[in-house]
Formats: sequence, C-alpha cells, structure tokens
Amino acid sequence: MIKVSAKTKRYLVPIISVIAGFLIGAIIMLIWSYNPITAYSSMFASALGNMNGLGETIREATPLIFTAVGFAIASKAGFFNIGLPGQAQAGWLTSVWIVLANPTLPKYILLPLAILAGALAGAIVAGIAGFLRAYFGTNEVITTIMLNYIVLYLCQYLMQQVMPESLRNGADTTKDIPANGSLHLDWLSHLFGDSRINAGIFLGVGAILIYWFLMKKTTVGFEIKAVGLNPFASRYAGISAKKNIILSMLLSGGFAGIGGVVQGLGTYQNYFTQTSSINIGWDGLSVALLGNSTAIGILIASLLFSILKIGGLGMQTVAGVPYEIVSIVIAAIIFFIAIKYVFDLLFAVKKTASYKHPLKKGTEIGPNNGVDGPNIKLQKEGPVL
Amino acid sequence: MNLTSLLALIVSSTLVYSAPLILASLGGVYSENSGVVNIGLEGIMTVGAFTSIIFNLTFAQDFGAATPWLGALVGAIFGLIFSLLHAFATINLHADHIISGTVLNLLAPPLGVFLIKAIYEKGQTPNITANFGYTNIPGLADIPVIGKIFFTNTSAPAWLAIIITVLLWWILYKTRIGLRLRSTGENPQAADTLGVNVYKMRYIGVLTSGFMAGLGGAVFAQSISGNFSISTIVGQGFMALAAVIFGKWNPIGAMLSSLFFGFAQSLSIIGNQLPGFEKIPTVYMQIAPYVITIVVLVVFLGKSVAPAAAGVNYIKSK
Repeated sequence: MIKVSAKTKRYLVPIISVIAGFLIGAIIMLIWSYNPITAYSSMFASALGNMNGLGETIREATPLIFTAVGFAIASKAGFFNIGLPGQAQAGWLTSVWIVLANPTLPKYILLPLAILAGALAGAIVAGIAGFLRAYFGTNEVITTIMLNYIVLYLCQYLMQQVMPESLRNGADTTKDIPANGSLHLDWLSHLFGDSRINAGIFLGVGAILIYWFLMKKTTVGFEIKAVGLNPFASRYAGISAKKNIILSMLLSGGFAGIGGVVQGLGTYQNYFTQTSSINIGWDGLSVALLGNSTAIGILIASLLFSILKIGGLGMQTVAGVPYEIVSIVIAAIIFFIAIKYVFDLLFAVKKTASYKHPLKKGTEIGPNNGVDGPNIKLQKEGPVL
Repeated sequence: MNLTSLLALIVSSTLVYSAPLILASLGGVYSENSGVVNIGLEGIMTVGAFTSIIFNLTFAQDFGAATPWLGALVGAIFGLIFSLLHAFATINLHADHIISGTVLNLLAPPLGVFLIKAIYEKGQTPNITANFGYTNIPGLADIPVIGKIFFTNTSAPAWLAIIITVLLWWILYKTRIGLRLRSTGENPQAADTLGVNVYKMRYIGVLTSGFMAGLGGAVFAQSISGNFSISTIVGQGFMALAAVIFGKWNPIGAMLSSLFFGFAQSLSIIGNQLPGFEKIPTVYMQIAPYVITIVVLVVFLGKSVAPAAAGVNYIKSK
C-alpha cells in the first residue's frame, strides 16, 4: 500500500485508469499481432501532429463538453442521465430544422434562436424523465433509456415524413444549412488546416465556465448538490427535492441538446437519419466519468477522448489497426474508473492533520467542562475525522 | 388471407421476435433478484451474437442442422464469460452497478467489430447459411387450428425459451437456491447472518444473466439478423431490461412482457400485411414498447417493487 495525500489520490485515479486503459488496448493489439507502439504513435501524430488534425480534435471535443456537462449536472443531483444520446439528437434535429425553415432571418437572430431551440428540445426530453422521477419516483435510468429509443424513432419519422420535402435531399439527409445559421467560421477553419472546427468550441468553453460558476458560486448549484448528497437532509433545510430534480434534469438535457446543436450547425451542417443512439451521448457520459464531473476534468477528458477518436482514424490508415480499438480503450478506462475500490486498496490517504486534545490521556473532564454530559475519560488521540 | 393464416403469421413472427427478449430478460430477472442491477444485458447480447455467428460461419459444414443450436450454446458460454467482468466489478470491487453495466455496453460492440475485422477483414460478417428458420413441432402441429396457429412454421427457440421460463420460475420460487438468491437481493445482511453466501449467490445471479443474455443474443443473430455488424443488437438488451421491470422481476412476468414487446416489434415489421394496420405510421409501432414501458412504470408500479437491495453493494464486514 502506498501512502499519498488525498489531493494526489484524486489525480492518480484518472491518470492510472487512462494508462491502464491504453495498456489493455495494447494487449489486445499484441494478441492480434498489431504493433501497439506504431498504432499509438500514429494515433497521436495524426490527432496532434498537424493543424488539420488538431482542429478536428478540438471539433470532436466540442459536443462532448456539452454532453459531459449535461451528465455531470444530473449526476451532481444524484441522477444517472443515460438519455444523453436522445437529448442531443433532439437538439440536433430541432436546430437544423429551425435554420432550414427560416433561412432569411438575420444571423444574430437565427443562430441564437436555433441554439436555444435545440437546448429546449433536449431539456424537454430530459425534463420528462425528471418530472416522472420527481412526482412518481420512476427510475430515471429506465425512462431515459426508453426515451433514447423514442427520440430515435420519432426523429426518423419527423424527418422523413413530417419535414417538408423542400428542406431535404432525398429520404435520409436534410439540405445543408445556409451560412447565416451556421457555426462555421472561415478564419478559424483556415487557421486549422481547413478542418471542421467551428464556433462551437467557444460555446463549449463558455459552457465549462458556466458549469463551474453554477456549481461553485450559485444557490442553484448548491441546492442541486445538496439534493444529490442527501435528499432528506436538504428537505429539512427547506430545499425542494422535486424542484431540484426537475431543474437538474432540464439543465442536463439543455446542455446535451446544445451538444447536438453543435454537431448539426457546426460539424455536419445538416441532419441525417440515425440508425442507433448517437455517439456523442455515450462518449459524453464517459468523459464526465473520467473527468469526475469537475469543470477542468471534463475539459481535459473531452480532449483526451477526441485525441483517441480522431487519432484512431489516422491509426487505422497508417498502422492498419481497426478503429474499434479506440472504443475498447475508452471502455477499459471507464472500467478502471468504476473499480476505484482497487485504488483504495492500493493507495492509502496520508493522515495530514492530527487532532490533539488539550487534556492529557486519561485526564478526567470535570462536570463543568463536560457541560451536562457524563464524566468521560479520553481514550486516545486520533485523526481529525 | 383467412383468419387462421393471419393469426399464424402474427403468432409466428411474435414468437421469433420474442425469443431473444424472453431469454435475456430471464437473465435480468435472476441478476436483479440476486441484488445486482445489470444494464449490461445489451452488451452481453452483443457478445452472444458475434460469437455465435463466428461459430456458425466456421462450423456450419461440420454440424449441419445442429449448428445454430451449438452456436447458441457457444454464445451463451461467451456471454457468461463476459458477464464475469460485471460480477467481479460489482460484487468484489464494489463498482457502481450502472457504470459497470454501461462499460459492458460500451465494450461489447467495438470488441465484436474489432474481432470481426481481424478475422474477416471487413466490418460485417457474411450471412450465415445455417439459421434457426421455422420449425413444425412434431405431434403438436397436427392439432386442428391450434396446431396450425401455434406449432406450424414456428420458432423453436421461442418454445424452448418458454420452457426455460417455467423451469427458472420453479427454481426461483420453489427451491432452496432460489430462496437464497432472492434473499440476497432483498436483504443481504440478513441472508449473510443466516449463513447464506451472499457473494456466491450474487455470482450465480449475474452469471445466469450472462448465460441467458448471451443465449438471447445468439438466438437473435441466428434467427433474425443472420450476420453480425455494429448494428446487430440495437436496443434488444434494453428492451429485455424493460421487460424485467414490466414483468415485476418475475420470470413468468418477464416472459409475458417479452412476448408483448415481441408482438409490438413484429407489428412494425408485418404491420403492412395486416388489414387495418397499413394506415398507421410505423413510428407508432416502433415507439410503442418504449412508451408503454414508461407508462407502466408510472401507472402500475410503486417505488418498492424491485428487490430491495438491487443495485446496492454488499460489503461483508471483517
């Protein structure tokens, strides 16, 4: 057992998990006679080695920041929002639709409108689960999973059957959005080797700051955390559990929705039929778990997973290793995060401050000192609990 | 189309789509009754699906008609092995059940596609030649009308699943091991006090769920999809999980809800062949199982129907 301070341990858990995840990936590659060193070096080279790769990595991280913040807010309130894919998808379709339907509106109205509408769509989807949890005690894990599929099929239906044909290219793709509804920035894209990086990243950094501020500096964040830590105690303190359950799910879904918006108005510039729950939802969940739901943790974890995902494409072409190894590494990392009990066995937290009672061991506390308690003898000195 | 053949069509397609759900949901029932929430059913089904397909493609010429059955067994065994990960993480290492289950779901599809790519050098397997197909149950198929509707051109795995349901119900509610299993899901401390090995019971629960979900995935792959790709198992496991809850954590209930979900799923496939259904947009059929699950959860179930200690780690004191 290794003794470390509590703070060091907080950093060690994710770092060791990441290293262990990469090792698992390397072992699998070795078993199937791929060279892990070539694979990983080509991964990092293609994700970070040139401006285009760097731009794509940042672009990939953008929606993950939003979905991860969404997951984190819900988990602070004690909920496992596994419905991120559905919420993001709702945001994606809504924002693209709004932009396509109002191509003549000026950019300063259209863009904020589309983003807010996307956030609202995600918030509504998550809000259903929050409402059912607050008023009926329905398990949010099940409802959000079910909502993922409901949204998946509804989006397919809405796009293929309800959306006017003039907004679509055939059955499976919408038309590309006009420039005044797009997050695309020419100078930014050129700066990063004509990659698909877009203004979403500024929104993403903003989201991280808002999340940090919300959780650390506002009553809303305090109440959400209190409900998550102890719903009964917060009820005695006059905090409405129902209100905070719904509020946290609305916020969570809102952020996830903007994650979808960034995909639609930034990355793809359109919406196309999805056959399974969209990736940014699951990846956002992984990012939040790795980042331990802290603002800075989410930022770093989203960049790390984007390096894996963008670098994985390069790894596939350069080293010939199937892209799926990336997802295996991510899953392995989350597995190691999940079994943090092992880290408790490996690392003991150093006792920094020690509590010393002013009285000597065995000294009797007189009736006055003990107020109206019984006469007790101090048995031992111990750490501050 | 006359009434008998119409009913026969509905029944047989319902059974085909229900079989994987019944098998996987039975696994879920065992896992949750032992106190371990298993949202990794989806991932385990994926493992069952791709291992059975690989087996089927490799050995079809050696085993002939027995291949899909052996493939199902292989899928089940690999499902069991895969679920060891969840069992070890949750029971021994006190991992959060939802996160650990999510890891299974995150891990299985890329693992499957990685292996498929490593073996077949493309992201999707060829189609299998030996699949479950449709069977006439000997003897029962000769009964007039009923035989035609239920036992002719029907899904053999589905009937097997129904028989397994009864067996597993009997084990869970009528035997000593079943009682012990349920006791660890309701109150592990009390069970431990009475000498029940909680960890062992929970292992039995989770590994049963691995075996059954693997079997379900294998049946799905070899009777419905016919090959393996990233989109072979999409939502089957989650639907099985819903069936567990809809069925109130009881094997018979899980089977009945799986049959219902299978019926709803098959309606979205065969709906346009049925009179009166062709006008309803398929989206309603597609979302029906999920909407109904939510409604049932809200309307019919209180908070305390699940095994009391499901999802709660039991840490034996030293």
